[in-house]
Amino acid sequence: MYPILEKQRLSDAIVLMVVQAPHVARNARPGQFVIVIGDEQGERIPLTIADHDRPAGTITLVIQEIGKSTRQMGAMAVGDGFYSVAGPLGHPTEIETLGTVACVAGGVGIAPMYPISRALKAAGNHVISIIGARSHELLFWEDKMRSVSDELIVCTDDGSYGRKGVVTAPLKELLEARPGEVKKVWAIGPTVMMKFVSLTTQPFGVETIVSLNTIMIDGTGMCGGCRVPMTDGAKFVCVDGPEFNGHVVDWNGLLSRMQFYRGEEQLAVERWDRLHETPSHECNLEKIPA
Amino acid sequence: MPELTNRERMAIPRHEMPTQAPDVRGTNFDEVALGYTWELAQQEAERCLQCAKPRCVDGCPVGVQIPQFIKALRAGDLPAAVRAMQEKNNLPAICGRVCPQETQCEANCVLAKKGQAVAIGRLERFVGDFELREHTSAAKAAPPAGRKVAVIGSGPAGLTCAVDLAKLGHKVVIFESLHLPGGVLIYGIPEFRLPKRIIRAELESAAKNLGIEIRTDHVIGNTYTIDELLNEYDAVFMGTGAGLPSFMRIPGINLNGVMSANEFLTRVNLMKGYRFPEYDTPVKIGRRVAVIGAGNVAMDAARSALRLQKMRDRQNGDAPPESHIVYRRSRHEVPAREEEFHHAVEEGVICDFLTNPIAILGDDAGTAGAVRAMRCIRMELGEPDASGRRSPVPIAGSEFEMPVDTVIFALGTSPNPIVFNNAAGLERTRHGTVVADAETGRTLKPGVWAGGDVVTGAATVISAMGAGKRAAADIHKFLSDETLFNVG
Repeated sequence: MYPILEKQRLSDAIVLMVVQAPHVARNARPGQFVIVIGDEQGERIPLTIADHDRPAGTITLVIQEIGKSTRQMGAMAVGDGFYSVAGPLGHPTEIETLGTVACVAGGVGIAPMYPISRALKAAGNHVISIIGARSHELLFWEDKMRSVSDELIVCTDDGSYGRKGVVTAPLKELLEARPGEVKKVWAIGPTVMMKFVSLTTQPFGVETIVSLNTIMIDGTGMCGGCRVPMTDGAKFVCVDGPEFNGHVVDWNGLLSRMQFYRGEEQLAVERWDRLHETPSHECNLEKIPA
Repeated sequence: MPELTNRERMAIPRHEMPTQAPDVRGTNFDEVALGYTWELAQQEAERCLQCAKPRCVDGCPVGVQIPQFIKALRAGDLPAAVRAMQEKNNLPAICGRVCPQETQCEANCVLAKKGQAVAIGRLERFVGDFELREHTSAAKAAPPAGRKVAVIGSGPAGLTCAVDLAKLGHKVVIFESLHLPGGVLIYGIPEFRLPKRIIRAELESAAKNLGIEIRTDHVIGNTYTIDELLNEYDAVFMGTGAGLPSFMRIPGINLNGVMSANEFLTRVNLMKGYRFPEYDTPVKIGRRVAVIGAGNVAMDAARSALRLQKMRDRQNGDAPPESHIVYRRSRHEVPAREEEFHHAVEEGVICDFLTNPIAILGDDAGTAGAVRAMRCIRMELGEPDASGRRSPVPIAGSEFEMPVDTVIFALGTSPNPIVFNNAAGLERTRHGTVVADAETGRTLKPGVWAGGDVVTGAATVISAMGAGKRAAADIHKFLSDETLFNVG
């Protein structure tokens, strides 16, 4: 069992957990992920490592409560523990000193972007971060991202905070207004966001790294379920990734593959909500200070 | 019972093992073969001629003392049979179920000429199951020898190596990447062929009696590198298997509904997908399934698919589903264990021999969408190839479309690559397997041994166990020899 030491609600459907997992913390680096199982009947869920603390033997996970398993994890409390945490998995982000770089993150993707931006800045890059969420309530870690960025642009889809609109708009303006300045772009967020970031940067010829989160079971190269169609053949996210050149991903093929278990996911969520009579909202009891 | 003459022994026909009826077992994942009763086991044991030069033993990759254990069994002394077994094999309940006896021990039996070999595998299983129930002969570790060995992987090779080393007094820690130990036994082989409780029982007794520590969730190569293990342990054994699936290089492999047998079987076995939504991992199977390949894994996949289909359709009352084995060679070349093939056909798996897929077709024009059909071509057997088998050759103009909605590739696997991260000096072949001495398991990296599928490529449980055993013997020799050890 891997105990949850700290729990913090970042937004209505996003929760942060600090988990005791010394075997993962000891070698973890930005860009890597873990496979987590909630309980004995649980499924193996890939989650990006948002942060780690080697001396304390902990890792930080940021979980979006979107399916049955992640809702169940979100309902766990400090003192509870995960059944399994395996990792670190995947290749770490390649941190180089390039000059000016852009970090584009959407929704829960802000969490795994934070250590990457931090490392890029520490390596001496001028980091321009663009972060976005559907609305102000869903936005988190603006201050943390600001602390590791030289420039920060915040967007919300509904305009409730920062710039109104999606993250690709300021990215495009940046690439147009300061031609040749941005040497490389990292994008983490919903698959469709990463697709459009890649489509935005492609005409400018700016290398774009995306971090893919696909259907996955073992996470160690065994099942092949995470294979992503690329213009140059298929790649496994778990052993070849999770970061890839966004310009060679077959985005429509990937988006289609990610829909495969949609019916089952829906069924599991409905069953969970029925059994727990807690439609996905934050329990007001959790807001009471301890 | 009075001693029988050899003539009388030879007159006894080979005893079938009771099984669940095909129509019953088609809708459950319970074990198909039920095992001999005490009476059947004793009667079958009477058939053994106790050859002076028992060739059956030569056919066993770990050299089980077959005549000895059978003799004790027919004398009614099961604890003695267990002890004879344990001389060479600590996992008889598993081997009795999954070994291809018809090409090993039983192939060498003098009675095999008439197709009536002594049912050694079934007797082995009987002895193994007895011991799991009765615990008459707990394995004991020798006094601590002061050495520590890291074993990577808890499948057949790693487990056997760990048990042998622990018995010799070495402190053994097994590192397993998944959340449960057992390797292919737990993720690959279905419940109806090898129940998880058997693996759990064999593992628990080994771990408890011998003080073996198993650390799950440790992905060696990432969690620790082999070099990091070498800093902490006196020797490292790699039994990481061959888990990387192969897909055919044909159009359409990324369509929805195309998967590796590893993915399908892992969902079903390790994650208990057949009990979704009680268990969280879903497994999706269509109405017309094509499994490409004809090895044991292909049979496991086709039979699991058929069960899932029948369990679902029993609820829906739809028309009968289909589960096909699509194989480019003929019945004669089927590499699966005879019993698995027989059971598959009995359960209703349809075999399309001399058939090869050339494209998977989707319901959409592009690369996205779901599988609609498979474009296949008929094959004929030509000249023998390097493996000695007649190689299949496509018949021009014989292309046809096979309507399917699920395609499962069971084409063999290659070694998991992660363990090789930052392991300088571990030489590999172009197939991705690690170079190791066949007799000792020594790799070209000092202090590191390897055995099982990671060396040979996908093979059998028992050959991996044999390799684990040989490596354990050599590791022991290395650890016990001060001159050797201190140089290393």
